Amino acid sequence: MSDLDRQIEQWRNFLRRRRAIHPVDVDELEDHLREQVAALVDGGLDEDEAFLVSVKRMGSLDALSREFAREHSDRLWKQLVVMPVEPGGDRASTRSDAIVALGLAVAAAILVKLPALFGWSFDEDAAYYARNAGLFVLPLLAGYFVWKRSLNPATTQRLAVGFITAAVVVNIYPFAPEGSTLALAALHLPIALWLLVGVAYAGGRWSEAQGRMDFIRFSGELFIYYVLIALGGGVFTAFMMMLFEAVGLNAEPFLESWLLPCGAAGAVLVAAWLVEAKQSVVENMAPVLTRLFTPMFALLLVAFLATLVATGRGLSIERELLIAFDLLLVVVLGLLLYAISARDPHQPPGPFDLAQIVLLTSALMVDAVALSAIAARIGDMGLTPNRVAALGLNLVLLINLAVSAVLYVRFWRGTARFAVLEAWQTRFLPVFAIWAAIVVVIFPVVFDFT
Amino acid sequence: MDINKDLVAASSTPIVLAILAEEDSYGYAILKRVRELSNGRMEWTDGMLYPVLHRLERLGLIESRWESREGERRRKYYRITRQGRERLAEERRQWLAVDATLRGIWRVIGDEGPAGEPA
Repeated sequence: MSDLDRQIEQWRNFLRRRRAIHPVDVDELEDHLREQVAALVDGGLDEDEAFLVSVKRMGSLDALSREFAREHSDRLWKQLVVMPVEPGGDRASTRSDAIVALGLAVAAAILVKLPALFGWSFDEDAAYYARNAGLFVLPLLAGYFVWKRSLNPATTQRLAVGFITAAVVVNIYPFAPEGSTLALAALHLPIALWLLVGVAYAGGRWSEAQGRMDFIRFSGELFIYYVLIALGGGVFTAFMMMLFEAVGLNAEPFLESWLLPCGAAGAVLVAAWLVEAKQSVVENMAPVLTRLFTPMFALLLVAFLATLVATGRGLSIERELLIAFDLLLVVVLGLLLYAISARDPHQPPGPFDLAQIVLLTSALMVDAVALSAIAARIGDMGLTPNRVAALGLNLVLLINLAVSAVLYVRFWRGTARFAVLEAWQTRFLPVFAIWAAIVVVIFPVVFDFT
Repeated sequence: MDINKDLVAASSTPIVLAILAEEDSYGYAILKRVRELSNGRMEWTDGMLYPVLHRLERLGLIESRWESREGERRRKYYRITRQGRERLAEERRQWLAVDATLRGIWRVIGDEGPAGEPA
């Protein structure tokens, strides 16, 4: 091995440590470096000098890997670790991150209990807590990212205006107690507010497809971490009850009015911090689950369609039918999103893509059957707020999935690139939030707050 | 002459596309061509070209392939796509508009303008 080869090998090793730069990119950069060295040697420099000059022209490793990371943020997602590779380095920032996140989790817990000081009790004012649920937690979560991403004051201000507007609307509307518009608003407000969290999370990259894609990844991982924390919390609670039971004390009041609400609120921030800090420890779970369940759901839907055709049975129209099909489409959308988020857009179509296409088309067909069954009966059943909300959501999901199916088939045939599908999904994100906002803000007025 | 970063970033797309419209090429040769075309006035940090190429590829404006030509190392070549040509035409229209605007104002303010002719 010549001296130059040895130097280049060393340089390659430095590059390889940068997670945003893949081995194939290192090859490409090495080719560049070698040609540059050769040109300089031709110009009269000796090899050592030529190597030094060439490396310098390539740009600093930090700047280079930053540029690669901007373009290939998906790579960081797969491989980031919480501890900095170089000793020393970023340890202080890792710790301050933990302190801020835990501080905000405590703040969320306090925020949940604060109204109790002013006489709102969980039992008697359930409606108050239901419609404000998202507002106890999500502003703090957005705040965490405002801090973490050092968001500019203008964006921060817009986010604050969004949260304050939401708080004012749900609290001044004269909702009928136990009315369905109240329940719908309580259900949809967190979805609308999630968009604001997304803007904060993306930290100035909200306009970029990659920024939004990162937020989709974050949302999926957050959900999984939250479920895991909830499972752990369940075990913890069971032991707590058992231990105090053994000495003849009932811990249930404490559980209901303290542990459960405070824990549920604080856990959101803890989960967010964990996702941020330990992206690689649970190696992107959402895509793994997607791989597992996409073929299963595809089979289920195909089998269901075959049964419909073979037996000639019609759907029995139950009250919850529409909601069940909405949920089905949500699951299909989730499977699609997390398949997209983990896919290398340059890979050619494979068997898994075929499973996705089968899943999408069969889901659309099943939903079409359900919709036509419901459309025939909608006159007798009447347009209640619940039904309009469910229909609207169905429509939003249907549009999203229908276009996705078309784009996916085109990709399969080789007439479109995968990135087009990715772009469609990331551009669609605000539509969900807008629909949720319509349900929160406009539905109560239209249906007279019933 | 140092050209400011934003300007370099903005002009990188049309420059790379235009060079690839001449013929298929690879990183080092593209940079060399940039230097020639600008008489050395445009100096890009070498490594920064690659993220730009990868972005253009993701957008479908160019495509890449690894190729070994006679007597050369295996090398990643880039080729402009049909979409890339359309984008290049669009970039060209926009840059010509910017250029025309600036020329107009250089003429009005007279001194120091590259054309050097007062209105």
